[in-house]
Amino acid sequence: MIPQPAPVSPILGKLSLDALPLHEPIVVATFCGVALGGIALVAALTYFKLWTYLWKEWFTSVDHKKIGIMYMILGLVMFLRGFADALMMRLQQALAFNGSEGYLNAHHFDQVFTAHGVIMIFFVAMPFVTGLMNYIVPLQIGARDVSFPFLNNFSFWMTTGGAVLVMASLFVGEFAQTGWLAYPPLSGILYSPGVGVDYYLWALQVAGVGTTLSGINLIVTILKLRAPGMSLMKMPVFTWTSLCTNVLIVASFPVLTAVLALLGLDRYVGTNFFTNDFGGSAMMYVNLIWIWGHPEVYILILPLFGVFSEVTSTFSGKKLFGYSSMVYATIVITILSYLVWLHHFFTMGSGASVNSFFGITTMVISIPTGAKIFNWLFTMYRGRIRFELPMMWTVAFMLTFAIGGMTGVMLAIPPADFVLHNSLFLIAHFHNVIIGGVLFGLFAAINFWWPKAFGFKLNTFWGKVSFWCWVPGFWLAFLPLYIMGLMGVTRRMRVFDDPSLQIFFIVAALGAALIAAGIGAMLVQFAVSIWKREELKDVTGDPWGGRTLEWATSSPPPEYNFAFTPVIHDLDAWYDMKSRGSERPLTGFKDIHMPSNTGAGVILAGISTLIGFALIWHIWWLVGLGFVGLIGGAIFHTFNYKRDFDIPAEVVAETEAARTRQLAGA
Amino acid sequence: MPRPRPLSARLRALLTLPAFALLCGCDMVVLNPAGDVARQQGDLVIVSTLLMLLIIVPVMALVVLFAWRYRESNKEATYSPDWDHSTSLELVIWSAPLLIIICLGAITWVSTHLLDPYRPLSRTGPNQPIAANVKPLEVQVVALDWKWLFIYPEQGIATVNEMAAPVGRPIRFRISASSVMNSFYIPALAGQIYAMPAMETPMNAVFDKTGVFQGLSANYSGHGFSKMRFKAHSMDQAGFDAWVAEAKKAGGNLDRTGYLQLERPSEGEPVRRFAGVETGLFDRVVNMCVQPGKMCMHQMMMLDAEGGTGKAGLHNVRHTEGETSATGTHMHGGKSFVGEICADQQDVAVGAKPKSVKPVKQATLTGAGLKQPSAKPTPIAPSVASETRPRPLS
Repeated sequence: MIPQPAPVSPILGKLSLDALPLHEPIVVATFCGVALGGIALVAALTYFKLWTYLWKEWFTSVDHKKIGIMYMILGLVMFLRGFADALMMRLQQALAFNGSEGYLNAHHFDQVFTAHGVIMIFFVAMPFVTGLMNYIVPLQIGARDVSFPFLNNFSFWMTTGGAVLVMASLFVGEFAQTGWLAYPPLSGILYSPGVGVDYYLWALQVAGVGTTLSGINLIVTILKLRAPGMSLMKMPVFTWTSLCTNVLIVASFPVLTAVLALLGLDRYVGTNFFTNDFGGSAMMYVNLIWIWGHPEVYILILPLFGVFSEVTSTFSGKKLFGYSSMVYATIVITILSYLVWLHHFFTMGSGASVNSFFGITTMVISIPTGAKIFNWLFTMYRGRIRFELPMMWTVAFMLTFAIGGMTGVMLAIPPADFVLHNSLFLIAHFHNVIIGGVLFGLFAAINFWWPKAFGFKLNTFWGKVSFWCWVPGFWLAFLPLYIMGLMGVTRRMRVFDDPSLQIFFIVAALGAALIAAGIGAMLVQFAVSIWKREELKDVTGDPWGGRTLEWATSSPPPEYNFAFTPVIHDLDAWYDMKSRGSERPLTGFKDIHMPSNTGAGVILAGISTLIGFALIWHIWWLVGLGFVGLIGGAIFHTFNYKRDFDIPAEVVAETEAARTRQLAGA
Repeated sequence: MPRPRPLSARLRALLTLPAFALLCGCDMVVLNPAGDVARQQGDLVIVSTLLMLLIIVPVMALVVLFAWRYRESNKEATYSPDWDHSTSLELVIWSAPLLIIICLGAITWVSTHLLDPYRPLSRTGPNQPIAANVKPLEVQVVALDWKWLFIYPEQGIATVNEMAAPVGRPIRFRISASSVMNSFYIPALAGQIYAMPAMETPMNAVFDKTGVFQGLSANYSGHGFSKMRFKAHSMDQAGFDAWVAEAKKAGGNLDRTGYLQLERPSEGEPVRRFAGVETGLFDRVVNMCVQPGKMCMHQMMMLDAEGGTGKAGLHNVRHTEGETSATGTHMHGGKSFVGEICADQQDVAVGAKPKSVKPVKQATLTGAGLKQPSAKPTPIAPSVASETRPRPLS
């Protein structure tokens, strides 16, 4: 049933030397750069004998804090890749006028915009958000670790496996040329016979397993491992938003898995779920993918709403205004986010009543979201606001996100959407909320919790340079897109024939360059801060006058987080403890029961990634072998009885005594 | 509560930038189009923006004001660290956005129904109702890889990458696609609607100004997508007649064989005209049976509805030889398809004939903010709207 475009070798499948994109000079140069960098990194790690350290202390670690940091590093690395794609698009669109084809051919450009979307959502925003929740949530609820520490390690490596597959597609074969949601029939085997869509499918399937499991893990952690006294309505807002996000993950990612599996069946075994012929319906795919896709947007933004709540309250030196209305707003958003998916395709031809229903439910979401903005606003009211970096990002968020929210409601009116859908106005809108909301929130969070994770603050100067590049850079890059959207310019165009548009694309490209400077400044900020970590050192564990439990412990926290599980009496537990003058216990330590590290996560995820690669290239023997290895490995791991150990009371006492000395010296 | 002060300079610059863009003379076709439908859609963009600015501007002003007033160095400002609740404020916080959304929701409900692309037009402009005897110009649109085919059944002509219509005459588009999903969009005329294979989406619109406008595919459809552009001409009746005559003069007939040639992927196609079109070609396109010997979708659905052909149907699945196109990744041929049974070539358009549609008065839908109808409201025939929609997902 499936056309066989290329001979399939029994040993290498579709893989051959032709799969290497040697004819693309840009890719070859990138490959050389990456290869040289990679070799240098491997050599350095070998020279400094860091492999054992990395393996024992990081890769096999089941400590939620280390896994959280590894998620953030993954997000950062992929962010650089995704942003490189963005720069390439901006450059192409600024050049391709007056008959010029620009510097990217369609095959390359179409992969670039697809990869940009896929990477930024799945391998930048998701790891950042998951990493943040992983690090902070157990500390905020006074837990030793997450409920299933091994699963946490496995989830991380599955996400990384997906990222590895996407990166591999750059140098071996090609990536999808379909747009980031791979709508059929274009993504079907007839119109995308290459391996690009297969890379897309298996990268997302492998990473999706990780995301779903991590969602389950965090839900259980939040529901079961809260410190005594912390009722649901005494949970910090960030934990609340994390809970809602993970509920969304667990409820929506299976839909993605199913719809991608159906597309995979269409491509691999010749079923006709989404084909034109034989009763297939591509519209079904569009519905299903957005039933996942819209909750996904809230999966990304909700935890950052939590971050803004923590930051505003901390830096205003005030209790959060309207805690319970904040919690209910979050829950309302969680539920409503399932009732709006159709607004992504009003133009597909549903009836007016259906379109209005989904338009109105979409607008209704802006009510709890608006309530949140007001709550932050009134948290600032009658506060004593310290404009440290996290608070600067929060104010920038409030101003930027208000505009993004407004344009979002405009797009929710179906007849207005008919003229704005797929236009650059839409592109500007979702970058406005994702950059202005998710990214600004992440930057606030990184600046806020960095001292907790590493024991020293981030350099303020370079942080401010980054801030003042990012915020105007964002507006410079996306305001022209808003305007062009109103001029009827649509997305994913490789060449243009109206020369009057060129100036807008040039301005947008300058904006992107300013953002690049912002990213550069941020990397410098990290480097300078690590370099001058002694000067920026924080020994108190509570550098900002924090309010929630994570600030009660040392920075960085000990492996076991809290020597004694704290007892919670009030919201803002740490603020409450401070104001009641509670003292750190100095004696009476007991053995602490902890989970052991294991390499099983790396190995199982590695095998899964290999299976993905073999499936992409139709290397069936490797698929079979890998599958046996995966099941066998998983069964073998169940016989590993060295799962836990006890930190002896003396070690705990020593660690705590060291902290006592540190606090006395401060 | 303190009153908002003037916006900070940065914020003001931000807000005035779009105004500068307007001043710079760029052509915001979405807000200043050349068709009554697009004009109403553009107006909605503006009305909704203004409504929302009612709340956005105070919020942004308050953010700046509070950020400034309650900065740490200002020791004169009140500091109440334990103030975290106010029932009356909460009431305002939730009800102010709610009120705006109620207004917007009402506008949404009414405008979505009035501007439903399926709905035959009732006016060509404000206070310009369409007379009952006006027949809309039917234009059949097929998105091909990567060009547009326009068929004018009334005139019996077809064009590629060029479309024209007389100004002021309602146009009824019937839109489909040959292989993948596109979106048919003439920003100056009306909002877009998807062009999908094996599916027909109608759109009703009218030009209210003459001119030449850009038309394009707004939904990514493959490598040649960027150049899938065409010119949409809005002309007076004489100009349109001359345009039709020119097409007639061009000669050539677009039959099924010609269509199968045309459908092959190509980029940057020049304008082409055909003096004649095979009857029922568009219906065959929608039913995926232009290819000789292939069963039409509506026949297949009819057979299936009656229980199908059972296992014997398997023997009716045929294959064409594989054939890769030189221009792109799109592969044409090499497909499997269901063969035609009881081939009745004349019977093709059964069930796909467009219903004759009458313009409907919008009186029953007139809501707040819209003019009250002068005449007695006429109920809308529900069958007209529902039967022309693509089949809903089940």
